[in-house]
Amino acid sequence: MFKKSMSYMITLLLVTSLALFGAGCVGNDDAADHGADEMQSIQIKGSDTVLPLAQGEAEVFMIENPDKAVSIIGGGSGVGIAALIDGEVDIAMASREMKEAEIENAHANGIDPIQHTIAWDGISVVVSPENPVSELTYEQLKAIYVGDISNWNEVGGEDREIVVLSRDSSSGTYEYFKDEVMDGEEYRADALINPSTGAIIQTVSQNPNAIGYVGVAYLDGTTKPLAVDGGNGAEEPTSENILAGTYPLARPLYFYTDGEPEGLALEFIEFISSETGEETIFEVGYFPA
Amino acid sequence: MLHRRKKEKAIESTLLIVSGVTVVALFLLCFFLFREGYLLFGDYSLFSFITGSSWYPSSSPAKFGLLPLLTGSLIVTAGAIILSVPLGIAAAVYISELADPRVAQIIKPFVEILAGIPSVVYGFFGLVIVVPLLQDMLDLPTGQTALAGSIMLGMMALPTIISVSEDAINSVPTALKEGSLALGSTKWQTIYRVVLPAALSGISAAVMLGIGRAIGETMTVMMVTGNTAIIPGVPEGLFDPVRTMTATIALEMGEVPQGSDHFHALFAVGSVLFIITFIINLIADSVKKKYRLKEAA
Repeated sequence: MFKKSMSYMITLLLVTSLALFGAGCVGNDDAADHGADEMQSIQIKGSDTVLPLAQGEAEVFMIENPDKAVSIIGGGSGVGIAALIDGEVDIAMASREMKEAEIENAHANGIDPIQHTIAWDGISVVVSPENPVSELTYEQLKAIYVGDISNWNEVGGEDREIVVLSRDSSSGTYEYFKDEVMDGEEYRADALINPSTGAIIQTVSQNPNAIGYVGVAYLDGTTKPLAVDGGNGAEEPTSENILAGTYPLARPLYFYTDGEPEGLALEFIEFISSETGEETIFEVGYFPA
Repeated sequence: MLHRRKKEKAIESTLLIVSGVTVVALFLLCFFLFREGYLLFGDYSLFSFITGSSWYPSSSPAKFGLLPLLTGSLIVTAGAIILSVPLGIAAAVYISELADPRVAQIIKPFVEILAGIPSVVYGFFGLVIVVPLLQDMLDLPTGQTALAGSIMLGMMALPTIISVSEDAINSVPTALKEGSLALGSTKWQTIYRVVLPAALSGISAAVMLGIGRAIGETMTVMMVTGNTAIIPGVPEGLFDPVRTMTATIALEMGEVPQGSDHFHALFAVGSVLFIITFIINLIADSVKKKYRLKEAA
């Protein structure tokens, strides 16, 4: 008898777990829609550049508001925007503007993306501390990245082959650099594609031939940031220069919401531009909008 | 009696349903993989996909040439096999034929632990230790090369190759070995002339499984090979950065808009990868079966 009831139990268990699994999938969507009413929670996803900022803000915010939950996942600007288009998240983080095609997709899904600039990020061009080169113009940077210049001695350095590092194409920084510095031209075919900013820092710090770009928040002394001349003289990527707008490689960081934000999403966005929020922005290494 | 049959039936039908769901899920997976990949060829010619030598998915017009990725995967895998097969077979021979049983008892679980290390850990080790080492020792502009990928993949394929070839060597009938020794052969002659040839099909299966593991690996390869989509030369391409099919999918899947050509192109690459691993597994399986038959006979 015992054995028989066991087999029924197992069958029952399998059936219920399947049913629960199915229900779980549906349940998630509900939470995103009605979460603000009941549990006071929002989901944020997207750019790895914005991630440390959003996380820092969320920590302070949740200490001040223990009954509210802000959950944040990285993955890249494209991933976050795709999640917003699919209605999976309340806020998408992005380090680039949404593309035309993405906005069209969103409208087709009944989503109306609204852009919020929450902070500014400086992009720093980095080389090994052993490299004597300390400044480059936009023209030189472009020539290096599209492949017209391939030796450091052409830009005043030693006779070494330049090893060009780039992020992968799902990075907002990849797109920003391509548009801003390279006039939309393609990266040279033999550029090394790194899956993360950490990998670029790691590689540049140990390779005197390498050049790469990273968010200034990631500068940690193991690499040397170059002064960049965007046409108005070479400027160092210092906080003064970025805030004053003289350092040319600075870009806004965005939140995207579906329609005007309300409830907890609005509260969180407003918190970021509050005094406490701005302090956190500086602490993380970015600059208030 | 009746109860018992009912119970049997219940268990049988539960298992049938569960395995049925699994099989259907697998079929659907293949179906969607191939369908999404196939959709690329509405806008892009199959011929250019297979013979194209440049991969510029985000430029306009986009170029989806498979060759750099395919050759990248092949050169990294070939390097991994060249490094890991001799080492793996040597280790297997040592463990099963030469080592003191107590030593073998220590080495075997140790080898199995190697298989359990997450690939991102191998990747980080490769990036921080192997890449700078290669760069310095070989005086390369960058250490992020196919060779770095091969070394890491070789390490990762070793546990599979060692344990499967060890099984094969172990199941060589003792009578064969004793016969050889009785005829006056030395231990080494026995291993080289009798044991290894007898275990050959099992060892080939081990090699095929190792290849399967190596060609499908993603994270480690993405971290150490530089991901440059250029067709590598042979063999000097080993010292150049390369990009594999798996790394391409992992790098680019995050950004592509669903339903775009780029999206379908990544699925097409995935389909090619699927077909390659499928063929390798088929070969490994048939080699293994042959070997079992021989043993039974």
